[in-house]
Amino acid sequence: MTTIIWTIAIIALLGLVLAVVLFVVAERFKVEEDPRIDEVEKVMPGANCGGCGFAGCRAFADAAVKAPNLDNNYCPVGGNEVMKKVAAILGYEVKEKAPMVAVVRCNGTCEARPRTNDYDGYASCRVKAALYSGDTGCSFGCLGCGDCVAACQFGALSMDPVTGLPVVDQEKCTACGACVKACPKAIIELRPKGPRGMRMYVSCVNKDKGPGVKKACENACIGCSICFKTCTHGAIVFENNVAYIDPEKCKLCRECEAVCPTGAIHGVNFPKPIDKEAVKARIKERNAKAAQGAASDTKKEEA
Amino acid sequence: MDKLLVSPSPHIHSKVSTKSLMRDVVFALVPAAVVSVVFYGLGELLVLGVSILSCLLLEYLITRFLLNKDCTLGDWSAVVTGLLLALNLPSATPWWVVFVGAVVAIGVAKMTFGGLGQNVFNPALVGRVFLLVSFPTYMTDWRIPTGLFGADAASGATPLGVIKKGLLEGGQLSDLTAQYEWKDLLFANLGGSAGEISSIALLIGFGYLLLRKVVRPHITLSIWATVAVVSLIFSLAAPDKFTGPAFNLLTGGLILGSCFMATDYVTSPMSIKGGIIFGIGIGFITMMIRYFGSYPEGMSFAILIMNATVPLLNNWFHQKKYGRA
Amino acid sequence: MGGVHPADNKISRDCKIEVLPIPETVYIHLGQHIGAPAKPVVAVGDKVKAGQLIAEPGGFVSAAIHSSVSGTVKSIAPRKDLAGNPQMCVEIAVEGDEWLEGIDTTDTVIREFPDDPAVCLDKIKAAGVVGLGGATFPTAVKLTPPPGKKCEMLIINGCECEPYLTSDFRTLLEKGEQVVIGAAIIKSILKVDKATIAIEDNKPEAIDHIQKVLAELRKVSPKYDGISVMSLMKKYPEGGEKQLIDAVMHRQVASGGLPIDVGAVVQNVATALAVYDAVQKNKPIVDNSVTVTGECFPRQANLLVRVGTPLKFIIDYLGGVPQDTAKIISGGPMMGRAIANLEAATLKGTSALLFLTKAQTARGKESNCIRCGKCAEACPMGLEPFLLNRLSRAGGMLDQLEANAVQDCIECGCCLYSCPANIPLLDVIRQSKGQVLGIIKARAAAKK
Repeated sequence: MTTIIWTIAIIALLGLVLAVVLFVVAERFKVEEDPRIDEVEKVMPGANCGGCGFAGCRAFADAAVKAPNLDNNYCPVGGNEVMKKVAAILGYEVKEKAPMVAVVRCNGTCEARPRTNDYDGYASCRVKAALYSGDTGCSFGCLGCGDCVAACQFGALSMDPVTGLPVVDQEKCTACGACVKACPKAIIELRPKGPRGMRMYVSCVNKDKGPGVKKACENACIGCSICFKTCTHGAIVFENNVAYIDPEKCKLCRECEAVCPTGAIHGVNFPKPIDKEAVKARIKERNAKAAQGAASDTKKEEA
Repeated sequence: MDKLLVSPSPHIHSKVSTKSLMRDVVFALVPAAVVSVVFYGLGELLVLGVSILSCLLLEYLITRFLLNKDCTLGDWSAVVTGLLLALNLPSATPWWVVFVGAVVAIGVAKMTFGGLGQNVFNPALVGRVFLLVSFPTYMTDWRIPTGLFGADAASGATPLGVIKKGLLEGGQLSDLTAQYEWKDLLFANLGGSAGEISSIALLIGFGYLLLRKVVRPHITLSIWATVAVVSLIFSLAAPDKFTGPAFNLLTGGLILGSCFMATDYVTSPMSIKGGIIFGIGIGFITMMIRYFGSYPEGMSFAILIMNATVPLLNNWFHQKKYGRA
Repeated sequence: MGGVHPADNKISRDCKIEVLPIPETVYIHLGQHIGAPAKPVVAVGDKVKAGQLIAEPGGFVSAAIHSSVSGTVKSIAPRKDLAGNPQMCVEIAVEGDEWLEGIDTTDTVIREFPDDPAVCLDKIKAAGVVGLGGATFPTAVKLTPPPGKKCEMLIINGCECEPYLTSDFRTLLEKGEQVVIGAAIIKSILKVDKATIAIEDNKPEAIDHIQKVLAELRKVSPKYDGISVMSLMKKYPEGGEKQLIDAVMHRQVASGGLPIDVGAVVQNVATALAVYDAVQKNKPIVDNSVTVTGECFPRQANLLVRVGTPLKFIIDYLGGVPQDTAKIISGGPMMGRAIANLEAATLKGTSALLFLTKAQTARGKESNCIRCGKCAEACPMGLEPFLLNRLSRAGGMLDQLEANAVQDCIECGCCLYSCPANIPLLDVIRQSKGQVLGIIKARAAAKK
């Protein structure tokens, strides 16, 4: 009996002493924190992906609370919806941003881009890129080891075994930008999703020029600049022998896609597949009219 | 020449592979296995066969159907586990007990951690200790060696067991040790598990491993030194209670444990310093169990206890780096 | 400490250095050295002579580049190197073999050299001499120790510890005297009393020969006193700069430090020969000896090759690529680079072309680490590759990697060579080493 009483007494005493210690420590080392940080963190997606440029969702919340406005704090994963909630908590204004999506700008499928050697090292694009230009004739294209797939924590990327290229699942992609950082060849770009997902892009980053490009890859942008000459919206930037479509200016008319001789320009999520001949005919007609107009202009001037 | 291979340097590789290392360990254990079959007869052959085959079968089934991974039988590690498990068991162990041991060794101790290289504890020892705790009657049913085709052998305890029991019953240590001769201890003429009986055969195997540079000797030597020092001190202090160094070094699976189980790559420290601490720990714990524990033999427990410290030892001890203090 | 013992395989050791014919066109890279690329001083259409300056150093750490042939400059444009990456090249169409005046192309050995170190140093700089042991660091820079640092020992590296390579060995045998004179010149520039020519003990002929040469030269001039030959145990990578200093002087260069911190300067045998050519013959680096070898290659050779010769030309001269070749390596099998593009041209630092079959070179399938510690045992820097590999693959552990000295890795390849589980240790470690070095550099820049 005495044993039991002693046991209870000692354990109770121990509990009391430890409780006091814990209380003192908690008081002594208490860190004052803005309660809004917790609130903001609660509405965050909680992916801790670092897509916003901060170490994780908590770090983002901390920075957002301390920032004077939300111009430099935007969560790409949560998008406008989450940012509205954040803005409501903090009483800030938020600028809506167009939703983005990762786009793979390489079109060099196994079929179009013949292998010139076999890689036999660690299957990592970074390792491979540091070693040499790659196992095909194109030194700009996708290396196919899947660093982007490994970097994506949303499961939005996968390697297509037939083409050997990564494929973005646009439903799952949150535009956190992890794949963009992971790709040593800077092939992946974050682009606006576009109205109803419709968007145009040049699926090639090859800066070489001349017949060598075509030899290395049938689907490459060969730098012929036909798209540049065709575009009536000034959306095509032509630099370093490769075309680039400025998403802000593109009006989705798909004329560049129709005239591209190698099929390097892609349009996605359009309701109908492109009828290249019809578009070409349209361009021809317009050009003819323009030529006529120009001719009549010059005539007028002469007169 | 079709397409050139391109890879980062280096472009050549040594001939040593996981397979060749494990195969060397198997070769090194062959003398001990042969000796045990010669001494214990067909019963021992059955134990060896069941143990190795069930380890192989279990590893195949687990990798194939549970883990859906590539089959890893080719690396010979399952053979090593099976062989070591068999050498740790009495020759009269029933086949189904051996199989249970293999299930624990391969299934629990090895594959649940992720297979070769990932396990924390030596699989064969986990199997053995599991059997020792679960089936004490079978596991202490030691037979006196009678030769390959000898009639049913009589049961007999191991030297360490005899002494522990004798001392408990108030016997004199000098009388108890007098029944064992040097020759017997070295050349397998007493009760024990297959792997305990022939120190010479085991040492030949260990010499082969050293020659082939499969293992380094630091762990084994530090175990031997610790056992020798500890038993010397105790036997000098109380000669009527504690057995001496020679007796302790040659009995109770110390040679098998120190040469083949403690030196297992996966479950021993990576650095030399860590390895020496590891060995000292094993030697010390073994002697404490032998002198003061309730089991006559402490090698398996000592190795398993020290296995648990390996991650710590790896964290604490690193080899000296060039140009750094 | 550490090291491995791969089979020697010096199958071309008895092949005398022969002179390769001059190809029709040479492609001379402007970035053949560590540091800034050279700036071209010729224009398309210019006529050049062999030995004529075609590009001047592009910075303090840079080197001059000379035409290796006489002919007309056809283009100055990017061209794919052996890894397929475009590099600026001067293309020269060969016409005859006319040398610039003042260059002595005879074989006469000149034993007396200028007493003034500055004269020698200027000649070395003008000749575009770079370290030919692999790193291609501009020699003139290396021979100008930073103020306050004193060199105590010059080490001439004749280890050639990589398997298969024999060009340094042949150079020691055939041009040993020139090498020793080159060493004496470097010694006089550094103003050191002691110099040693370190040779691995698998090359006893070279050790004997250099000893004889030294005995003779000492009779000629006191300038050759203080030079000795040292026989070292055969081990890879004994010829690594840090390992060599440890073996010869029993001193270790601190992490991030330079050999001069412990009073050592290391120069390769081929560099010593290039110094001799530059100072005694006014001859810049226009050619170098290249070992062409491999069990599957029918015609072993040590060739004297003009800088900028297309690799294909060399291989075709010796009979073409054998059928069973799986990999062609520029350099040795441990640290050399696999060639992806045979159209590429040789550089000053090209030491060998090695042909390996699939059985010799293909990587095995990776399996679990069995924690055998063989990589740590093999690492000549005392690192723990298994740990660095694990930390690298975990991602985001750069501080841990730095604490475990990944930046000290010399990329010798011993870890991957010895790993029984075929884990691509060095591939992974090289990556994280680059990242950690980047951080260390950024940190140092921020401090300034």
